[in-house]
Amino acid sequence: MSLELKNVEKKIGLDTHIYPTNLKLQKNTINILLGSTLAGKTTLMQIMAGLDKPTSGEIWFNNENVTGMKVQKRNVSMVYQQFINYPNFTVYDNIASPLKITGVSSDETKQRVGKVAELLKLSGMLNKKPNELSGGQQQRTALARALVKDSDLILLDEPLANLDFKLREELREELPKLFENRDCIVVYATTEPSEALLLGGNTATLQEGKIIQYGKTLDTYNKPNSLVSAQVFSDPPMNIAKIKKSGDQCSFLQNDIQWKTKLNIKDGEYKVGIRPHNITTYKEGNNTLEIKGKVLISEISGSESLIHFTNGNLNWVSLSNGVFQKNVGDEMNLYMNTDEFVYFDQNERLVSNG
Amino acid sequence: MNKTVNQKAWFFVIPVFVLVAFNAIIPLMTVVNYAFQETFGNNVFMWEGTRWFKQIMLSERFHASLGRQFLFTFIILFIQIPLGIAIALTMPKEGIGVPVCLVLMSMPLLIPWNVVGAMWNIFALPDIGFLGHSLNALGFDYNFTQQIGDAWFTTILMDVWHWTSLVVLLSYAGLRSIQPAYYQAAEIDGASRWAIFTKIELPKMKKVLTIAILLRFMDSFMIYTEPFVLTGGGPGNATAFLSIDLVKMALGQFDLGPAAAMSLIYFFIVLLVCWVFYTLMMRNEEKS
Repeated sequence: MSLELKNVEKKIGLDTHIYPTNLKLQKNTINILLGSTLAGKTTLMQIMAGLDKPTSGEIWFNNENVTGMKVQKRNVSMVYQQFINYPNFTVYDNIASPLKITGVSSDETKQRVGKVAELLKLSGMLNKKPNELSGGQQQRTALARALVKDSDLILLDEPLANLDFKLREELREELPKLFENRDCIVVYATTEPSEALLLGGNTATLQEGKIIQYGKTLDTYNKPNSLVSAQVFSDPPMNIAKIKKSGDQCSFLQNDIQWKTKLNIKDGEYKVGIRPHNITTYKEGNNTLEIKGKVLISEISGSESLIHFTNGNLNWVSLSNGVFQKNVGDEMNLYMNTDEFVYFDQNERLVSNG
Repeated sequence: MNKTVNQKAWFFVIPVFVLVAFNAIIPLMTVVNYAFQETFGNNVFMWEGTRWFKQIMLSERFHASLGRQFLFTFIILFIQIPLGIAIALTMPKEGIGVPVCLVLMSMPLLIPWNVVGAMWNIFALPDIGFLGHSLNALGFDYNFTQQIGDAWFTTILMDVWHWTSLVVLLSYAGLRSIQPAYYQAAEIDGASRWAIFTKIELPKMKKVLTIAILLRFMDSFMIYTEPFVLTGGGPGNATAFLSIDLVKMALGQFDLGPAAAMSLIYFFIVLLVCWVFYTLMMRNEEKS
């Protein structure tokens, strides 16, 4: 089983929403579409589902051309950011609705709904109406509707975006289990890099209607093919600086911090990307390269501390484990791990990892 | 805990109280006053107790006009609500058609009520009116000033023309507020157009339709100006709805006591129907 997009393009009027895209998704995989709002994730999913037709290009499913085939004829299910359920149906009827339309026997319906309801912890509320449920339960119901019918393709469009933090964490951990041992292709759109890392599988980074990179999630994260892909897959954003390399010595253009590199590339100017968690407020492991910083903002998120600081023209973010309170304007030392630096050429293509 | 006492706060309440007193309480109390007494002018009143109420409740004339009123209201609700929803469903959802349709739809609502009556009177006149003349030319024996059926037909047609737009606009607003994802989800399920209408659109429009039905019930139940100008309640008493009958009694016959009692009964019927209907429609909505 596979889903293949061949040169798929979507234009609305003069606006190009999706630039010609080639993508092949294999069965039993979770595929994450990672990109900011308006990157084209939803449009791409609607084209995959058959809810929307591409302006040009073809969609192949199991070596069959399904371009323009109506969504009803495709075995697809979809979960949305909003909690979409039939307002007048009970939870049971909502979950059973895709089965009823396809004419599954009532005994089998009962059994399948019971099974999926248990999986999603909805067993106790099968007789309630959606508006009597919490947001998390409403979204579980929507997920149950998507899972009950053994679809070939399950599309999830930012399903956790409208949930509060705790529910999101909870459901996020359960999601990978839900898709285990299913004979289907899962496509999951999200704006959050951490969600992609947690779900694993494959990730496609998207920006402005283009797929920048597609591959195993960890590969995409560790070896971004370009600065754009690295930025999409970094939250908070990656810190960027121009550097100069000569021999095995590298140095920032803006200041005189130097370090040695094993990179086997021509001497000259490059850009380096440093993920915020590779800059910490304490020396640890390979975090040894020192940089002075003046605190701009310091914020605490959970058990992590985000410190925005400046050094000359550089305006960077560091992310350290632990809770640190820094005052605005404080001078402090931060430590970077040069092994984790990502080097890009002048065209912002990846040259190599350090 | 010590509460501070400051009587000056009354100064903020008094203006509202005076205003409400003048526009609601005093006029209503005057009517209540008339309803329990008999007067022959010169500010001479005699206590009558509940006599006028009994008289009205037992009066055949009241039963007849109340019956006509309910019949009229049910007929126009039965036509306007489905028709309004149907028109709203066919209206464009984007593009230049939206403002054009909305403005066209609003037009009848902007015309003063007595003008609507006068327009339809002229429009429907059997000898010179476009509608009346055309119907007669087509072989129908149509004369709304003399035939009861024709009078009802014209009055209902006029009300449908005047007020369906309100239902259309409310339904359209309700439909527009349904997120597109609902339609996509139904499409993925393979739901039919009818299923989408009954399982998604109608439940989602429930609140707005409740308001539409309430407004149309109240307005049509209190209808006065348009039929007064169109038919004057005739032929005979055929289109003398409650308010027309009430005005005849109060100002035509100067039976102030019975008219006042009738006003109060009329008022309570409207209140009761609205309350029962709203409570029934909203009884499952409280939980959300």
